[in-house]
Amino acid sequence: MKERISRLRQMSFDANPVVSTERAELMTEFYRENDGKYSVPVMRARAFLHLCQHKTLYLGEDELIVGERGPAPKAVPTFPELTCHSADDLRTLNQRDKVHYATDEAMVEVYERDVIPYWRGRSVRDRVFSHVPEAWSKAYQAGVFTEFMEQRAPGHTTLDGEIYRHGLRDYQARIQDHLQRLNYRADPDAARKAEQLEAMSISCEAGIVFAERHAQFAEEKAQQESDPQRRAELLQIAAVCRHVPAHAPRTTWEAIQTYWFHHLATITELNGWDAMNPGHLDQHLRPFCERDLAAGALDRDGVKELLSCLWIKFNNHPAPPKVGVTAKESGTYNDFTNINLGGLTRKGADAVNDLSYLLLEVVDEIHLLQPQANVQISRRTPDRFLKSACRVIRKGYGYPAIFNADAVIAEQVRAGKTLEDAREGGTSGCIETGAFGKEAYVLTGYLNVPKVLEVALNDGIDPLSGERLGPATGSASSFESFDDLYQAFQLQLAHFIDLKVEVNQYIESMFARYMPAPYLSLLIQDCIEKGRDYYDGGPRYNTTYIQCCGIGTVTDSLSALRKHVFQTERVSMDDLHQALATDFTDAEVLRQLLVNKTPKYGNDLDEADELMQRVYASLFDTIDGRPNTKGGRYHLNMLSTTCHVYFGTRVGASADGRRCAMPISDGTSPAHGADRNGPTAVCRSLGKMDQIRSGGTLLNQRFLPQVLEGEENISKLAALVRTYFRLDGHHIQFNVVDTDTLRQAQQHPENHRDLLVRVAGYSDYFVDMGTDLQEEVIARTAQEVF
Amino acid sequence: MTHGRIFDLKRYSLHDGPGIRTTVFFKGCPLSCWWCHNPESQDRTPVIHYRNELCLGCESCVDICEEHALSLTTSGIERDETRCRLCGACTEVCPTNAREIVGREVSVEDVLNEVEKDRLYYDESGGGVTFSGGEPLAQSEFLLALLRACGERDLHRTVDTSGLAPIKTVIEVAEHTDLFLFDLKVMSPERHQQVTGVPVQPILDNLRALDQRGQALRVRVPMIPGINDDPDNFAAMNSFLGTLSNVSQVDLLPFHLSARNKHYKFGIPWNLEEAEEIEPERLLELARPLQDHGLTVAIGG
Repeated sequence: MKERISRLRQMSFDANPVVSTERAELMTEFYRENDGKYSVPVMRARAFLHLCQHKTLYLGEDELIVGERGPAPKAVPTFPELTCHSADDLRTLNQRDKVHYATDEAMVEVYERDVIPYWRGRSVRDRVFSHVPEAWSKAYQAGVFTEFMEQRAPGHTTLDGEIYRHGLRDYQARIQDHLQRLNYRADPDAARKAEQLEAMSISCEAGIVFAERHAQFAEEKAQQESDPQRRAELLQIAAVCRHVPAHAPRTTWEAIQTYWFHHLATITELNGWDAMNPGHLDQHLRPFCERDLAAGALDRDGVKELLSCLWIKFNNHPAPPKVGVTAKESGTYNDFTNINLGGLTRKGADAVNDLSYLLLEVVDEIHLLQPQANVQISRRTPDRFLKSACRVIRKGYGYPAIFNADAVIAEQVRAGKTLEDAREGGTSGCIETGAFGKEAYVLTGYLNVPKVLEVALNDGIDPLSGERLGPATGSASSFESFDDLYQAFQLQLAHFIDLKVEVNQYIESMFARYMPAPYLSLLIQDCIEKGRDYYDGGPRYNTTYIQCCGIGTVTDSLSALRKHVFQTERVSMDDLHQALATDFTDAEVLRQLLVNKTPKYGNDLDEADELMQRVYASLFDTIDGRPNTKGGRYHLNMLSTTCHVYFGTRVGASADGRRCAMPISDGTSPAHGADRNGPTAVCRSLGKMDQIRSGGTLLNQRFLPQVLEGEENISKLAALVRTYFRLDGHHIQFNVVDTDTLRQAQQHPENHRDLLVRVAGYSDYFVDMGTDLQEEVIARTAQEVF
Repeated sequence: MTHGRIFDLKRYSLHDGPGIRTTVFFKGCPLSCWWCHNPESQDRTPVIHYRNELCLGCESCVDICEEHALSLTTSGIERDETRCRLCGACTEVCPTNAREIVGREVSVEDVLNEVEKDRLYYDESGGGVTFSGGEPLAQSEFLLALLRACGERDLHRTVDTSGLAPIKTVIEVAEHTDLFLFDLKVMSPERHQQVTGVPVQPILDNLRALDQRGQALRVRVPMIPGINDDPDNFAAMNSFLGTLSNVSQVDLLPFHLSARNKHYKFGIPWNLEEAEEIEPERLLELARPLQDHGLTVAIGG
């Protein structure tokens, strides 16, 4: 690693997240002065222009790729138009133990004097919570589901290769063309489109101004710089920023800086989930790198240096601070930029190239929290690439994750996308499937499926609070057969999904009407052509996902009820119900029976796996195909992020023998300790889930390091992955760490600050995680060698 | 339908032949090696294994036992061996798995159903099925039925053997076996008799016979400190192996002290109180003469 990179990396690693109120102040100032002057989209665009004109710039020593969202690395702005933090919120961020953000009383003062008086009652969060029906609030408070859009904007956006072919000036020309062609006589939406297009054009201007300011800043620094080499670099930075993103990039350096400006603009405009994502970076940058290498403008190390600079930039940008339930469902600094390597080209050829391997080296060398990377493995992908990825996985960072490119494409084609668009798509965030550069695929929140079963076993009442959450579907003792019980579960499921969708639709409309994102809309295909915003059906494809958590726990619980209550009749429903109500007080024999003598998901046992299929089909039938507000449809997703820990705290003891408040199963992984037949059985169980009908599933596997020692075992790991993918598995990821190491890190966090582990779709620093999440990772079955 | 007795079936087995494999462990072995990692496999008859520390004293087992062989005492569940028919009903009802039966009667079809589950993994990794033990050749009829059935299904077959069986059986098995993992322990006849309970000569004869047939062979040597890690033994092994021509690889298997705990657990005497695990560096050192002889040597494997 070059010294420059080593220094930048260390600085990024050492920087602590701190809140910056600058953005909130600039926004408040602009809104106070201009409220009511413009249409909503134009107001948003002008406010963004105001930010780009006035925000403090940062250009650090050693940097080649420039631009920060805040005034310094890891200085994180707030978005009061979405979530107006209270003084208490700001103090909590500073006081809380994990995922801490520094704040001080001066910030609190700014908020109390300027920000809160304007935004309280105007922010999206305030609008949402003042509108939602009581039944929704009760279910939300009880932990039946979460709501993604209550304090962050819908995002989950990944780019295709368009930004490397056109500059913002080209976009402006296209916008002008569409404005001129608007037909006010024939098109009743023409005026609305004109507002959107005008806003997009202003956003182009904002992006160019922002880059120009960096160019000027670099020139000023160059004048004062005594070191001739650094002076030349600064002048080069200035030249790059004068050219991009106004115009299409010509070199590797310009291409990388282009992406970074678009990234920054998107995460400054709003705080959309999953930040921003370049997608198939190895494909996008390939022509630039090949040209520069052939011309001798850059050598391989030079390419690597620029990419490493970009990598470190991602790490400088922690997720905006989250509070409340949202902080629990996603308790991490990670903002989920998940770069895709490998996969297929638009025409269906293997896309692996020299840059794919070089990027794996960057992933390995930099190994910071962000960005995370994954490899997309298709049947066409050579084993050499898969094995190279496995060798990085063996290092134990928890990434790259491995995705089945063929399944990811099939999922999209099933959902109605063209084959070519699907190939240009991939996975982002944790495991979410989308058509990169052409789709808004929005996560709306997690559903606590074990909680739904708990409510069904209690006639619609939450046993933890005594509140009625769902319809009366019969008491547990009234079920004469397992099918009766299952039907009650399905009725509760339909009720909660209805409730969730009802509020989702409302929030989606709020964003479409009050929080358009004209800059983001530039980057996603068809928004300009349709004259519609990203949040309003502008993209070619518009998907709404509901993420269902805990299929392992719910399958095992149903399996236990079926076997012990209805088949062997060894346990009466009343006894079991009583044991669950008392968290197995004086019922350890029963609990052990449920734990040890129940056919469980993840063991390749058909009797358990068929129940999983039944639950999965119920989830699919209840969710898939419902229309959203944007001309698209709802689809099923199966990730959990950290929500399985939070949801666990809201579910009493369950019939699989899980105690009250313990985590439920993560993603589509088996429940902790339930899988006892090794990873081939786990993958076979997962293979029985019709994963192609989802928008992504998540399988965590924990391996002890010795399982992956030596080249032969790398081949065997690759074979395990290939087989899972022949079974249409969507994704698999590995933690390669032993329990001793994790226990030592708990005791001496100061010695293990850089220990990365896989959580659920992303890696996090083990010592930064809450104790409950740490214990959950340790509890995962460790696959050994036999 | 041919039946046999196995004590375990492990999927995702990585060290019993090429690729990802399923290993079927036969119960019963004519040898009684001091260091045996699976001492519960030596006896052909099933064993009821009871772990007091898991027992909740719920007496489910006492209630289910038709022979009234079980009773709850202050030191846990006691079993009257004269009454127990080893039916396993008590292990079925035990909520904590404190009672487990080691050894079960299975049909060829039972085994094939399990083995078939991981077929795609074998396809991807060049793996297959391994018959191990115990001693698979000690149940030769069952083994042959399995090998033939696997052959018909195009599954790669490995037999992991102590090498002690009538030569006719060995040759018959070889006709249906793709690879042998053949154990070689101690070259000295006296020492071999002492630490394994059987003579070494028939084993060496069988190994030579397989070699002469052109059988694909890997020789495995469990490295037991103080028993067979001396230069003399290695020199003898080296000169014997030098006369063979089909041994593709020698695997040196490191000794693990976990074997001791298993002996204690099953009440089998442990004669290796002094033994400690061998450092990997020393194993490499021991391997060198074999390598100098042109043999591929792997540690573990």
